[in-house]
Amino acid sequence: MKIRISDDALAIACGADTVAQAFMRAGAEVERVSSWGMHWLEPLVDVEGVGYAIVTADQVETILAGEAESIGPIAEHPFLTRQSRLTFARAGKTRSTSLDDYYSSDGWRGLATARTMGAEATIETVLASGLRGRGGAGFPAGIKWKTVASAQADTKYIVCNADEGDSATFADRMVMEGDPFMLIEGMAIAALAVGAQKGYVYIRSEYPHAIAKMETAIAASAHLVAPFVVEVRVGAGAYVCGEETSLLNSLEGKRGEVRAKPPLPALEGLFGKPTVVNNVLTLAAIPWILTHGGEAYAAYGMGRSKGTMPVQLAGNIKYGGLFEVGFGITLGELVNDIGGGTDSGRAVRCVQVGGPLGAYIPPSRFDLPFDYEAFAAADALIGHAGITVFDDTVDMAQMARFAMEFCAVESCGKCTPCRLGSTRGVETLDQIIAGKNVEANLALLADLSETMKFGSLCALGGFTPYPVMSAITHFPEDFR
Amino acid sequence: MSSLAGILAEHAGREGPLLPILHDVQKMFGHVSEDAMREIAQTLNLTRAEVYGVVSFYHDFRTEAEARPVLKLCRAEACKARGVEALVQVAEGQSRVKVEPIYCLGLCSVGPAALVGDTVHARLDSTRLTTLLASL
Repeated sequence: MKIRISDDALAIACGADTVAQAFMRAGAEVERVSSWGMHWLEPLVDVEGVGYAIVTADQVETILAGEAESIGPIAEHPFLTRQSRLTFARAGKTRSTSLDDYYSSDGWRGLATARTMGAEATIETVLASGLRGRGGAGFPAGIKWKTVASAQADTKYIVCNADEGDSATFADRMVMEGDPFMLIEGMAIAALAVGAQKGYVYIRSEYPHAIAKMETAIAASAHLVAPFVVEVRVGAGAYVCGEETSLLNSLEGKRGEVRAKPPLPALEGLFGKPTVVNNVLTLAAIPWILTHGGEAYAAYGMGRSKGTMPVQLAGNIKYGGLFEVGFGITLGELVNDIGGGTDSGRAVRCVQVGGPLGAYIPPSRFDLPFDYEAFAAADALIGHAGITVFDDTVDMAQMARFAMEFCAVESCGKCTPCRLGSTRGVETLDQIIAGKNVEANLALLADLSETMKFGSLCALGGFTPYPVMSAITHFPEDFR
Repeated sequence: MSSLAGILAEHAGREGPLLPILHDVQKMFGHVSEDAMREIAQTLNLTRAEVYGVVSFYHDFRTEAEARPVLKLCRAEACKARGVEALVQVAEGQSRVKVEPIYCLGLCSVGPAALVGDTVHARLDSTRLTTLLASL
């Protein structure tokens, strides 16, 4: 009887290591695998395909004796059967740093295809897939690659942005911890397509498990991606380093200050060389696209948002976790039908989509389809597709203040609207919360938000007005 | 300082070596001292101001040693939605462990979450946090 338990950081934080040790002490054969992404069930124990949820060490004997209550076959769980798992096809099924498991689950097929078809056809395949940058900006990946490919230089780089700092996002972490070879394969394909020799994975220091898994996987697969070389670099707790030019400065060993664009990183990126900077999820989607073809990927999604998005359900939600689905699903389906509403059992007051720079959206707008253009039209953004659910106890004035405070703490200091605007924003919100000159201060805050939105160098200062103004627009009663 | 020299030698010839060096120095000594910054600057042919500028930019680096155990409590939106602010009082009710804010551990569906060294903790409530703090 084989027992499978995840060794993903989230499972471990919920007690998976203790449970795994208890099974081993009881003489069971335990395999540590990636996480299925059904977080409310962790630690989830898989006994020959049958699941046992929220297991503690003292339940081991009853589970082994077949006397414990199961949740049934894991793969048939409705949370999973409603998904279209392309990037997360291996989630829950394979040992993350086992090359054998990766090979036997279609691993390295995308890279083999790219090597056979060559650089130009590889880029054409990515263009045909319609894949857009999954980090938040949504820029077509194929066009970025084409720009780097056509740049003339002795050295080119592939930089994987794994600085997943947005609250409510964990898909990058799950890829790195659960399927690191897929990310390496995606980077190797990108390197082949644009002619790069070296790749860096810039991982935030808050993800020690992801760092360890990536380093193990890079060492184990070095011979398979050679002459391309991949290296992990660790961030140092600066949120702004998720912005691509700030990340490049950080990789060069400098303060993580944002660079003005142009020049584009595609032409003058890391150490001034042409550089592909792609998010983890963008690069992780590449092996599937090369294996199955660009058209097969583009068959998922809606409008100009092609393919699937690993949506992350988080915050005060009953069934939180990783839900990969084609674009076009509505916010209401995600939050209520799939997520089951709040974990506290109270009413959903709002959700924040896209991390600390994303807008707060009330349930009256839950008909909004998950689509880059539809969100932009509603003054909101998909970002990295994290959804934080809040119940009716949330104080939106405090959340608006936090958005400004976070921007003040994390601002790189390069541009004035962000550096000073965020601090003035906190002060103005403090006045509003204290009930002083509320109307005049709200007008001032709206004006300040305009300045930050249009005058900031990057998305940190430029998008902080989204949570602030959406909170004021949709929940005015919390400010007066 | 022989071990600092060892770290510097290990990273010689690397592209953009400053952050990896600072991480290793902090891991070995618990902080990045002024002496260490001087030595690093000299080796990398940077000014002390440039090295100090980098050390002070990033939240992770300390210029002074912290004698107490450190617990990093996530205060980002998803953990706020799951009630972390109510735990701040518990954290501030003691002084034996230094409690610092951290913005997101990627455990956003099972918060409130915390990080101690490289160990992650989730589903914290006041009882669990009190037990955790006492165990450090």
